[in-house]
Amino acid sequence: MQALLHQIFSGIATGGIYASVALALVMIYQATHHVNFAQGEMATFSTYIALTLINYGLSYWLAFLITLVVSFIIGLIIERVLMRPMASAPVLSSVGVFIGLLLIFNSVTGWLFSYTVKAFPSPFPEAMPALGGWVSPHEAGATAVTLIVLLLVYGFFRFTRLGLAMRAAAYNPVSARLVGIRVGWMLALGWGLAAAIGAIAGMMIAPIVFLDPNMMAGILLYAFAGALLGGIDNPLGAVIGGFAVGVIENIAGAYLVGAELKLTLALVIILGVLVLKPAGLLGRAVVSRV
Amino acid sequence: MPALLEVNDLYAGYGETTVLHGISFAVAAGGVTTLLGANGAGKTTTLRALSGMVRTQGEIVFAGARIAGRASEEIARAGIGHVPDGRGTFLELSVEENLRLGAISRRDPGIKDDIARMFGYFPRLAERLRQQAGTLSGGEQQMLAIARALLLRPKLLLLDEPSFGLAPLLVAEVFEILGQISRAERMSILLVEQNANLALGLADHAYLLETGRIVMSGLAASMRENEAIRRSYLGY
Ligand SMILES: Nc1ncnc2c1ncn2[C@@H]1O[C@H](COP(=O)(O)OP(=O)(O)OP(=O)(O)O)[C@@H](O)[C@H]1O
Ligand SMILES: [Mg+2]
Repeated sequence: MQALLHQIFSGIATGGIYASVALALVMIYQATHHVNFAQGEMATFSTYIALTLINYGLSYWLAFLITLVVSFIIGLIIERVLMRPMASAPVLSSVGVFIGLLLIFNSVTGWLFSYTVKAFPSPFPEAMPALGGWVSPHEAGATAVTLIVLLLVYGFFRFTRLGLAMRAAAYNPVSARLVGIRVGWMLALGWGLAAAIGAIAGMMIAPIVFLDPNMMAGILLYAFAGALLGGIDNPLGAVIGGFAVGVIENIAGAYLVGAELKLTLALVIILGVLVLKPAGLLGRAVVSRV
Repeated sequence: MPALLEVNDLYAGYGETTVLHGISFAVAAGGVTTLLGANGAGKTTTLRALSGMVRTQGEIVFAGARIAGRASEEIARAGIGHVPDGRGTFLELSVEENLRLGAISRRDPGIKDDIARMFGYFPRLAERLRQQAGTLSGGEQQMLAIARALLLRPKLLLLDEPSFGLAPLLVAEVFEILGQISRAERMSILLVEQNANLALGLADHAYLLETGRIVMSGLAASMRENEAIRRSYLGY
């Protein structure tokens, strides 16, 4: 029983990471109807920036903050420079651009920071007796950070004017322009925000899985499975899906399929959802009378 | 009275096809101007051209500034509210969010009062505030679209077939409200309609569009008396 609970708790911790990346994927999907396959590699790149800053002697949280800002700007620039000209391109060429972006980030990361596996520090204490050994301090801390981020993002979109404008631009760009929303900038902000969320996920997972240029490859797959499971056009669904995949992965890895087949499990989930319920379990069909 | 909007030799179209072949017209400040025409004449395209939604060539002068070629969002911010063909509802968002979006480019403190004023015109919207806008009836969405455009506090309101798809009783109600808005707020309106009878009742000035060309114009009252208009568009 103790072991099972432990698996569930650490499943929630990694699930939070998947949920964050899933949310980043959904944010861009809603605005562009494309899945940003490079989301994971962008996050890895950001994590290396954080490591570089920490190695320069900056405190963890200062490095964390600077990394967020830099990642946000990188996301913004990618949208403005690379994605803007692609806005009306056929689906296949957009997919090509995303794959290209993935490869570019991957090789630039390897070239700049080397391919050797590196340890990444955790900002949380080594041991915390108060947690009673159910869950490691880093897992607990990462879950807390993830939940705070998700709440902030929710609050931003739900309660601020800018958040409303971004949602409107994603749902209905034509009408959004007619009320004076600068849709192009909203898209760029969305990319910036998604990149920053991905960066947090990268920095939170790196102490667990260690840092190398391919660190996020598997995580992106789990996150994509989570996003599909919850509904790729439903942010809340994607977050819940991400947590669910984390827990399923951990329990199945421990009791059912073993660690080697865990990634296959993600693929099974993706295929299963696509075949059985393409809109996702929580996929919201738009109620419409028009 | 000086014209609020002046259009000179305007061409517009989609891709390779040209739909408007050099039209010229004006909208007076504080008045209602209507653009009449059969299906496919180019009425919607004209409004889209004014809002920068289609490729154009020619001159559009609005409140003294040349706006041809500007982005839609900048034209909206310059003061043109547009109730588009198909109503343009943000289907996934609530009625309240749709209304707040109307005023999203404004920075002044009067937005709450303006929304309350819209409930005066359209009490039904107040009852449906938390409802997803996609679940509103066609007529309710039309009211929502008009309210959303007015919340921009535009200098000019473009209306694309506000009677479309509405039951006759509702059409009368919507036009009654448009008349109130025009009088009470001195709102300048460019109205596109297939229902010529209704449009000429509301408008001061009218233009007749046929396959992308303006073939007739004049005071609304005299257009009503015109034999050709009567036969083709008024049906008596
Ligand atoms: N998105 C589009 N792409 C290509 N052609 C279009 C498009 N929209 C309209 N057209 C064409 O432009 C011409 C004028 O259409 P428009 O919608 O402006 O007419 P309208 O006067 O508004 O007609 P209706 O009364 O039916 O609304 C039509 O021949 C139509 O086929
Ligand atoms: Mg039309």
